[in-house]
Amino acid sequence: MLAARGDVSIPRILILPMRVLPLWPVSLGLSALARRILQAHPEILSRIDKYQSKGFALDITDLPFALHLDPARAAVRAWPRGAAPPADARISGTLAGFLAMLHGVEDGDTLFFSGALQIEGDMSAVLALRNALDDAELDLGAEVQRALPMLAPPLRAAIARFERLTGLPLRRPDLSEVY
Amino acid sequence: MELVCPAGTPAALRAAVDSGAHSVYCGFADATNARNFPGLNFSRAELAEGVGYAHAQGAKVLVAINTFPTAGDEGLWHCAVADAACAGADAVILADLGLLAHAAEHHPDLRRHLSVQAAAANPDAINFYAEAFGVRRVVLPRVLSVEEIAAINREIAVETEVFVFGGLCVMAEGRCSLSSYATGRSPNMNGVCSPPEFVDYANEGGQNVARLGGFVIHRTPNGASAPYPTLCKGCFTSADKTGHVFEDAVSLDASTLVPRLAKAGVTALKIEGRQRSRAYVGQIVRAFRAVTDALEAGREPPALALARLSEGQSATTGAYAKTWR
Repeated sequence: MLAARGDVSIPRILILPMRVLPLWPVSLGLSALARRILQAHPEILSRIDKYQSKGFALDITDLPFALHLDPARAAVRAWPRGAAPPADARISGTLAGFLAMLHGVEDGDTLFFSGALQIEGDMSAVLALRNALDDAELDLGAEVQRALPMLAPPLRAAIARFERLTGLPLRRPDLSEVY
Repeated sequence: MELVCPAGTPAALRAAVDSGAHSVYCGFADATNARNFPGLNFSRAELAEGVGYAHAQGAKVLVAINTFPTAGDEGLWHCAVADAACAGADAVILADLGLLAHAAEHHPDLRRHLSVQAAAANPDAINFYAEAFGVRRVVLPRVLSVEEIAAINREIAVETEVFVFGGLCVMAEGRCSLSSYATGRSPNMNGVCSPPEFVDYANEGGQNVARLGGFVIHRTPNGASAPYPTLCKGCFTSADKTGHVFEDAVSLDASTLVPRLAKAGVTALKIEGRQRSRAYVGQIVRAFRAVTDALEAGREPPALALARLSEGQSATTGAYAKTWR
């Protein structure tokens, strides 16, 4: 069952290495993924429009680090919690919640109504980002496979297995099965 | 009954159509429609593509051009009507008298629906719009009981459409000045109840504090259910009493009243939520399509469990099941 309500937490066994390993590979990997997504979906930046230059703090509460998203530069940087630079807008929630929103499994307003998602700062920028990503119908699992075509078959199997084990929605599902 | 479903983006339009919408309503990305939020709505090309997608699956597309044009700047609204017609829209949803007259004169073959923003809530008003501008359907304000809707339908010749799920406006729609008071902008002219640039959330002392135009409109403990940042759902303190002055933070869910609404002569059921994601649209449309299909087949409509998706995580049947004091 996918984390349709965004209430699945990351297994503790995965959190421990994240606490001790350096963050630069995370920043490099996520920025490469962001560049790939923005190249494949130019409509995202069109929808974000004048808010492209805003900085977004993505405070994923069950990760030991925070993310800072800069859409105009297609950059995502991981920062130690508490050391992240100031952002124009802050969105806080669980990783499962963020992934569920991104994959069209969960509605952002629903998470907000339930208190599972908090937002602060520039609301116009938050709405522009949310609406742009929702319209793009992203599939992170597929994007990762396309980025590494030689490894696509094992990656596909690994993503599916990880999804089953954790409940985290790592791919865009057939939404008729989710609803 | 016709299920009229919201779409704020092309992806939401596809989700609505794929989930069983009979009709989808949407708007252009400018001040001509009452859901003018950043990142939302359709370009001209996206609308044409959306119309093609919907028509291929037997669904209709209705274009909401339902704000009130600014005097001397009607061109934007006139252009929107022309572009909706050009894109193959099945109807336009209008509120302004001048725009209705313009559409009737310049686009006589384009079906005209009266937006809820026109607040036409009695037979005299509805018949006027029908006779003067050839309006074929009226979206009724959310302040009428089922019995009052039945009485209206007996005295009019046009179709009626009523909201059955989503945000609950209890004001005289199209006439609300609450946002104007706090922000200097209004849903009627600018297209949003609470312009996001005037909304501020802050975490203060373990509470999520929402401000609109600098006014604190509610405080909720972190992690607790929160409403939209609109003045009408605000929680205020006056004379040592704290509460919701205008309306509780709840959403409309009239799913249990659909059979009675059908008997009252209602043609179409409208779901609010163009500002919501494709996940919301897909879930709500699928649920309500099960209701209309059951009704069509003469079966008991299924009970829906949609409160989780609602503002305040609770629902009400609103004015449909009560009368005003």
